[in-house]
Amino acid sequence: MAEKEKLVEVKNLKLYFNKGKPNEVKAVDNVSIDIYRGETLGLVGESGSGKSTIGRTIIRLYQATEGQVFFKGVNVHGKKTSAELKKLNRKMQMIFQDPYASLNPRMTVADIIAEGIDIHGLAENKKDRLEKVYKLLAMVGLSQEHANRYPHEFSGGQRQRIGIARALAVKPEFIIADEPISALDVSIQAQVVNLMKKLQREQEITYLFIAHDLSMVKYISDRIAVMYFGKIVELAESNELYRNPIHPYTKALLSAIPLPDPATERARKRIAYDPSQHRYKPGEECKLCEIKKGHWVMCSEEEFALYQNQLC
Amino acid sequence: MEKVLEVKDLHISFHTLAGEVQAIRGVSFALHKGETLAIVGESGSGKSVTSKSIMRLLPQANAIIKKGNILFDGKDLIKLSEKQMQKIRGKDIAMIFQDPMTSLNPTMKVGKQIMEPILKHQKISKAEAKKRAIDLLKMVGITNAEIRFNQYPHQFSGGMRQRVVIAIALACKPKILIADEPTTALDVTIQAQILDLMKELQKKMDTSIIFITHDLGVVANVADRVAVMYAGKIVEIGTVDEVFYNPQHPYTWGLISSMPSLDAEDQELYAIPGTPPDLLHPPKGDAFAPRNQYAMKIDLEQEPPMFKVSETHFAATWLLHPDAPKVEPPEAVKRRQFQFSHEGGRIIG
Repeated sequence: MAEKEKLVEVKNLKLYFNKGKPNEVKAVDNVSIDIYRGETLGLVGESGSGKSTIGRTIIRLYQATEGQVFFKGVNVHGKKTSAELKKLNRKMQMIFQDPYASLNPRMTVADIIAEGIDIHGLAENKKDRLEKVYKLLAMVGLSQEHANRYPHEFSGGQRQRIGIARALAVKPEFIIADEPISALDVSIQAQVVNLMKKLQREQEITYLFIAHDLSMVKYISDRIAVMYFGKIVELAESNELYRNPIHPYTKALLSAIPLPDPATERARKRIAYDPSQHRYKPGEECKLCEIKKGHWVMCSEEEFALYQNQLC
Repeated sequence: MEKVLEVKDLHISFHTLAGEVQAIRGVSFALHKGETLAIVGESGSGKSVTSKSIMRLLPQANAIIKKGNILFDGKDLIKLSEKQMQKIRGKDIAMIFQDPMTSLNPTMKVGKQIMEPILKHQKISKAEAKKRAIDLLKMVGITNAEIRFNQYPHQFSGGMRQRVVIAIALACKPKILIADEPTTALDVTIQAQILDLMKELQKKMDTSIIFITHDLGVVANVADRVAVMYAGKIVEIGTVDEVFYNPQHPYTWGLISSMPSLDAEDQELYAIPGTPPDLLHPPKGDAFAPRNQYAMKIDLEQEPPMFKVSETHFAATWLLHPDAPKVEPPEAVKRRQFQFSHEGGRIIG
């Protein structure tokens, strides 16, 4: 994958809440990850594993405790003038989980979508602005007459489309989607996922797709990272991860997804994960090691050999 | 099989400022002893309203049961007075709610909340009730039950809280347990534990469960039979194998094909177009017709009756009418039907 261009580079990122206090939480603990241009990177883990925090730190909603995030070689964190920030914000956008809470109820859809256009001065005049809004609405499968309505007049799936249109308005190269489909019904989830895939094909957008619904993540992602308590424990191409899960937590997670297939469900054996099963010696260090090309697992040196044997 | 509950032709409406919302439009089903019946459907399809009507928990101010019966133990639950209903609620029929964060009282110790239904419905002393409550906590897999008994809900994690809710629901060994999305708010790993726990306890106590969910994976895991609801009606009902491997209604086809499967390689996901109908003005004919690519003329004019597919399998679609043209279901469904016809005998038999 060396020929691929790195769009986002996360280096030794740490984000601690309540740093230095007794109730310190290491939400993100020394995470390094690269996101390549045009790919979808899935990020899964249970609640509290820090997956949303990573997303929010990459886009500078949280200030990193330590470490860097580079977007096209430019550090996102650190001191920035507002002009520099604006430039970054135009290229990185976010889609939020709750389509009910993430749209301002007192703004019309046109104003919500055009807010970014206004801030960045992307429209020449009022007519151009409105045309851009219409184009975006059409792109996400809504119609022109929706432009003057308010968010409460829409269903959940439609609202999520508005959220997507808002993110697309400034022509971003990178979108962080934080559980964009969790709040939607099954039949609507497929609509939104198909839309996101279509937009990616047409506009070469790179996604960081955060979710806990593993079957949907596998469907949309090229690569998947599994998080456990602030650390990435496994990272691989999505098919590889499902076929050869190596880390015990990944195995437990995969064995817990219920599949819509009664025969498989009856035969299912669940694996439980107990962090003490690693039997790390005190002071023993764990690193994310590449056990196969493109397949990384968090392990100690001893485990490294063990895991490599498991692969064959 | 013995029927413990029978719902017959239930119609429920809500009066709102905008007009009458016909949330339930003729629902009939029976619940057998010791089985798990899953009700699936998207939000607004009426699955929660159905379950709440069984518990008689609908808001009295604006919900009206227009027609129908709910037969339990020789009584029609709809006709009972509130006082009579209180004797059944929590004792014979218990409920587990979706969100364990809000269904427990934050100002009451967990133990006391478990003792509440025991003291209310059974004539036993407080000391005995406490013993029972501790046993229940142990039964649902909470360690250090004696210490946990004196703790408040905020000291428990989400999964543990849902275990407490289950303990409360099972406190009086109910004949029927209604679980309304009991695992939706939980992580997959915790969900798996709770599902296993519920199945294990069901075997022990021979309870019948109505399991409401929108997650087809969960349905495949827990259900014996499945009812698919759409726009206030049951559109398909059958055993779990029949509904998953030989679905008949186009809405069920849509639901099944819109789920990505883990082993299938990249292919466009099937998405049901459009949105569910507005039940303020329920459409004439089949409510699913506007979103249905297989819709025929009659779908827009007349509501389909329940057609019988097998002794246990029924579906409400005109496609099953002898005069209907043969249609090809989506690819994902055909794959399943193929599995069913080739391995079906083995799976079921």
